Amino acid sequence: MKPAAFDYVRADSVAHAVQALAAAGDEAKIIAGGQSLLPMMNFRLVKPSVLVDINHIAGLAEVRERGGRLVLGALVRHRVTASDPLIRRHVPVLSAAMKHVAHLTVRNRGTFCGSICHADPAAEMPMLALLLNAAVHIASPRGARVVPAAAFFVGALATALAHDELVTEIEIDTLPAGTGWGFEEFARRHGDYALAAVAVTLQRRRGVAVDVRIAVMGVGEMAIRLHAVERVLEGSDFSDARLGEAVALLRSEIEPNSDLNASADFRRHLAGGLARRALGDAWGRAKEQSVA
Amino acid sequence: MSDNRKITVTVNGVAHTRTVEPRLLLSDFLRQELGLTGTHVGCEQGVCGACTILLDGRSARACLTFAVQADGAAIETVEGQGSMEQLGRIQQAFRDHHALQCGFCTPGFVMVVTDILRHHDVETDADIREALSGNLCRCTGYEHIVNAVRELVRERGKLP
Repeated sequence: MKPAAFDYVRADSVAHAVQALAAAGDEAKIIAGGQSLLPMMNFRLVKPSVLVDINHIAGLAEVRERGGRLVLGALVRHRVTASDPLIRRHVPVLSAAMKHVAHLTVRNRGTFCGSICHADPAAEMPMLALLLNAAVHIASPRGARVVPAAAFFVGALATALAHDELVTEIEIDTLPAGTGWGFEEFARRHGDYALAAVAVTLQRRRGVAVDVRIAVMGVGEMAIRLHAVERVLEGSDFSDARLGEAVALLRSEIEPNSDLNASADFRRHLAGGLARRALGDAWGRAKEQSVA
Repeated sequence: MSDNRKITVTVNGVAHTRTVEPRLLLSDFLRQELGLTGTHVGCEQGVCGACTILLDGRSARACLTFAVQADGAAIETVEGQGSMEQLGRIQQAFRDHHALQCGFCTPGFVMVVTDILRHHDVETDADIREALSGNLCRCTGYEHIVNAVRELVRERGKLP
């Protein structure tokens, strides 16, 4: 249980980091919090020849507002995401979700951007990035680019990142005051990876739901938005019949796997139950918005 | 192929300079290079919490940190809490409440409790259990550990 040998680069700037990545061909890994990478290195499932440490790059640890959205730098730890006042005010669904992310000690190190780069199908950050229409800001020696979350995740533990690219920050929606939200997760033990989780946001205008968003994780090879389910609920009054229709559609849209923790059927059933609760919470929390 | 690195790490207030392989885990650095065997190594995959130390004032898994990453950092380990003759306050509370049997997990618990008491507004038993949930104990059933931490939290003035 000791990692294979590697060269260590302590990057002092984004330019330095991406140069080191490019120089290593496709054999480098970036370390931010390292809370997923180190277990894989200890098991030698991952054997980078170069480890690029970005923890000492200045200016990446802040949460700030920009153009009506929130920007989280690559070194924003889960602990900060959980307690940040801007996030609490503008994106309460994210603050609430953080209670389910691992444990106190892991949250001290792990980062939002690191989690989306790892892209675990049962991790909260990719699902929330999709829910919040995130834009992923990426640097490389070739320049900068921005990728929407919907195009960033391409499979289990797979993203659109090239080997010489570094995620420098992620930009997420702020939600208008009065936005309803729900977050439901089930794990075998608190802080473990989820068997399933569902996140919802919506707004209420003239007695009906608008801008309904629903994302799920743990029930497929990656977290996804369920646009067909959103469409069923858009403009609805959240009657029991409409909710039932939405939950039934959700169960048919997902393709969970069976593993030693749960069967596919159990996960499908669970996801529907969690969705019903999260949708109910979101509808209950939503405050009637004035119509412009 | 990997170049060894000269690092300086301050552990419990004492600066130590060593030349290490980049792949050396901080847990092995503390135990093997510095002889500080109070930091225990259980799972080496970040699950059990036995190797929990404080890195620049916040709890961290020493098995999920490379020693080279700690170059220039301040580390606190269980050795900084007290001595056999004079236990630290958290150690004393664990002893008073029989919060350990074999003691393997105890250094990790003592260090995470240090972080909790310094930085976290835990109030209820549920808060305490959630805050401790990243550390595993196979002896006590946790009841006595929660009792010890409840007393420490109460002392801090957060509970009646």
